[in-house]
Amino acid sequence: MATVIQIIFGLIAALIVGAAVMVVTVRNVIHAALWLIACFFGVGALYLLLEAEFLAVVQVLVYVGAISILILFAIMLTRQVTGEGVRQLVGGWRLWLTAAISALLFAVAIVPTVISHSWNVPAPPAPPGTPEPLAGVAELGRAFVYEFLLQFQVAGVLLTVALIGAIVIAFEERARRRRVLTLAEEHELRKRLAHPPPVEAPAGEPAPAPRATPISEGEVQQ
Amino acid sequence: MLANYAFIAIFFVAAVTFPLAPLVLAFFLRPKRPTPIKQSTYECGLEAIGDLRVQFKVQYYLYALAFVIFDIEVVFLYPWAVAFNQLGLYGFTAAAVFLIILTAGLIYEWRKGALEWV
Repeated sequence: MATVIQIIFGLIAALIVGAAVMVVTVRNVIHAALWLIACFFGVGALYLLLEAEFLAVVQVLVYVGAISILILFAIMLTRQVTGEGVRQLVGGWRLWLTAAISALLFAVAIVPTVISHSWNVPAPPAPPGTPEPLAGVAELGRAFVYEFLLQFQVAGVLLTVALIGAIVIAFEERARRRRVLTLAEEHELRKRLAHPPPVEAPAGEPAPAPRATPISEGEVQQ
Repeated sequence: MLANYAFIAIFFVAAVTFPLAPLVLAFFLRPKRPTPIKQSTYECGLEAIGDLRVQFKVQYYLYALAFVIFDIEVVFLYPWAVAFNQLGLYGFTAAAVFLIILTAGLIYEWRKGALEWV
């Protein structure tokens, strides 16, 4: 049984690492984002393998669902997708210097921890077969309603505040709402443009040209 | 517990291989003799001009943000829904208050007109 789980873990880990490598090597940003989604999905499968069901669901909902949508929208809002003409730290010793400094800083942080930490992993306490007291999803739901009721509601308020704040910041009222004309409206507009209403223009000056731009809603209904 | 997910894994593998197998098979079986006429766009409209991808308006980001908010809401509601039978009317009321708070935000967004497709 253990070997089966190890094989599954190997497959999932290969998926995660392969997808992660693709994220940083692929030139097209959209393809990189799609590979990132695959990577997130693999991490969710890893959580499932660790019997952390709720964490796996949250991973799929939040990362595969929400974060990737945000990333894709952010890419859609940028102008250059393929990366051409984007200034970057290209080639040569400067790139290697940056990488070396980063690696050195990380080593300074991680090496003392690895040396000083006691790696005595405690043996699994319960014999195999006994059900472990895992905090299940149902217990979490009960805790939301009883012990953490206030936090639960505050989270709701926080989400609402985020939504309203996003609207206040990003949404601008459209004074002149433009929309696609229906066929009848287009016909009406063409008729009006072909026979412009008589304008009391003073003699000598040409009559103003009829507007051909999309018209606002109020004008169509006339 | 993992045995329950074995079925999902089997379905996943089947779902991946089933569409992939004909494509791979066809890739090896089909003759490849492309000509400019064969590769031209026919009966599908005109030749495309310019890049496929254009820059979208920032306002579309609002839809993504609203989606994320209600996605997180689902994360909160999921444990509650699993424990629904043990919680009774009290739990229902607690979650209803939570939902009402979030619906207020949705109503605000709706009334403001931010849900309308530009």
